[in-house]
Amino acid sequence: MNKEMIYLDNSAVTRVDKKVLKAMEPYFFDNYAVATSEFAYTMGIEAKDALDQARMEIAGSLGAKKEELIFTSGTTESNNLALKGIMYNQKDKGHLIVSEIENFSVLNTAQRIEKEGYDVSYIGVDGEGKIKFEELKAEIREDTVLVSIQHANQEIGTVQNIKKIAKLLKDKDILFHTDATHTFKRIPIDVSEIPVDLITISAHTIHGPRGIGALFKRDSVKIKKIMNGGFQESNLRAGVENIPAAIGFAKAVELITEEENKKLKSMRDKLIERIEAEIGDVTLNGSRKDRIPQNANITFHYVEGESITLHLDMRGFAVSTGSACFSKSLEASHVILGIGGDHVRAHGSIRFTFSRYNNDQDVEKIVTAIKEVVENLREISPLGKEGSEKNEFSLQ
Amino acid sequence: MNSPYSDKVIQYFQNPKNVGDIEDPDGVAKEGSPACGDMVQLHLKVDKKTQLIEDIKFRSYGCASNIATGSIITEMAKGSSIDEAKEITWQQAADELGGLPAVKNHCSVLAVDALKEAIRDYEEKNGLIKEQLPTTIEVVKERLKHVMNPIHGLDVLHTNLISNIEIDDNIIIIDVGLDEDHQFAPVVKEDILEKLEHRWDIEKVKVSFQK
Repeated sequence: MNKEMIYLDNSAVTRVDKKVLKAMEPYFFDNYAVATSEFAYTMGIEAKDALDQARMEIAGSLGAKKEELIFTSGTTESNNLALKGIMYNQKDKGHLIVSEIENFSVLNTAQRIEKEGYDVSYIGVDGEGKIKFEELKAEIREDTVLVSIQHANQEIGTVQNIKKIAKLLKDKDILFHTDATHTFKRIPIDVSEIPVDLITISAHTIHGPRGIGALFKRDSVKIKKIMNGGFQESNLRAGVENIPAAIGFAKAVELITEEENKKLKSMRDKLIERIEAEIGDVTLNGSRKDRIPQNANITFHYVEGESITLHLDMRGFAVSTGSACFSKSLEASHVILGIGGDHVRAHGSIRFTFSRYNNDQDVEKIVTAIKEVVENLREISPLGKEGSEKNEFSLQ
Repeated sequence: MNSPYSDKVIQYFQNPKNVGDIEDPDGVAKEGSPACGDMVQLHLKVDKKTQLIEDIKFRSYGCASNIATGSIITEMAKGSSIDEAKEITWQQAADELGGLPAVKNHCSVLAVDALKEAIRDYEEKNGLIKEQLPTTIEVVKERLKHVMNPIHGLDVLHTNLISNIEIDDNIIIIDVGLDEDHQFAPVVKEDILEKLEHRWDIEKVKVSFQK
């Protein structure tokens, strides 16, 4: 791989911090035992203690107790465990509510649950990607069991007011799950202040190893085990514990600072500001105000996203797009369509996501590159020409 | 590194040929796929005595496959007669490009369709077209050859994805042998509608999938 590559796809996965890897190493080579009961051998007891310590640190960062954290293999499993674990635990098939811009691990799990005979409602969002609160209120029924609404969106970075949602649901005695994959350690959540019942978090977005995540589950909440086998994770998630990864996860949590989040925000703002000032006919997707610090998502009208990403790749930049051409399903981003954008808006949308390993020079370089790329592609495009069919496709 | 695109596709993507508009074109076409969102515009200049394509220019609002195919097809058509150009197939264009990724074929077939449409436009404007034919099963099949099966990158007809076609009272009924919740079902449906809905004698196209 090109060493000069500037990686701006950090909401997909982040580079592992060397300090994280270093913290993990002893648990591969020195103490590689499983977490045994306290009646077993020393190595196993020590492994269990290390796992508990990691659990306590990660839970602590959410204001939770260590007993409230279940380690999983990541976001997808945590979301599956939250939704299936709650819904399958009901005596009568109940009602589930999710937003329509959730990550696929929530949406496709909800659809699977729906196929099994449960009722599922999908809540729409406004032009910024904020859920329609009145619609949520209206969808709530006698038999509503669980509401799952993400803390922030994976593509457009819009942050939901989960405090307001949690309070509404608490009053109505309905469980609330939030997928905080893209806000964990970036925007604080304190479960002693916000009455949320289940939270999905993951290490892969915060310079931790992939293959480890967790589900916060409030003590009082009962879920059904979906991975059957041994009695690990308080008998809620079977399988040999991934102790090295859990240690790495805890280290990753420790390494994120407020200062780093400020730096991310500053790079993000600078990128948006310069693109808006220097390139015509662009639209910022998502909220300007309520936005995760690491994300900018911009539509460059009249050009297609896969073409942009390919040109940028050749120049040494990694970004992603909501264009149908880029996706495995050939469908335009359900998030951009969800915020009322059409295929055209999705077609030219580019997501830039920053991390610890980016700096202000990267912003300079990507702005220069994308200006040229967009200009060249607009030369080829039949759209946006003076006096031509600028209006044939609506500009949003 | 294993790129999904051939070197030739990348070359054309980086340096597309015959880009632009023709002033007072003799034939124009704009083909777009709502499924993938790509669009191709094509302008033709035809020598009316010899029926040779004197000049041809394209514009693309699309991905690399779309841009590269637009470019290659204009090169292939330039200087040939309209009858020869009409016969250029998507497969020939793909072969010229050293192959295209299967899943992207439907973005590239647009350019081929645009060429055919631009020629038809020229023929219509110059009184070279006979009267409109009614929509028959054969016509539907012909159109379906332009709908890609994204699983194989070949058209839905040749890959036996269409299990039934009926035409009943200006309504076309098409059964697709794909589960209704298959990841490609919405794309295939949109593509089929786009190819058939605008037939002059058709009111409605019904596409159904396996439950």
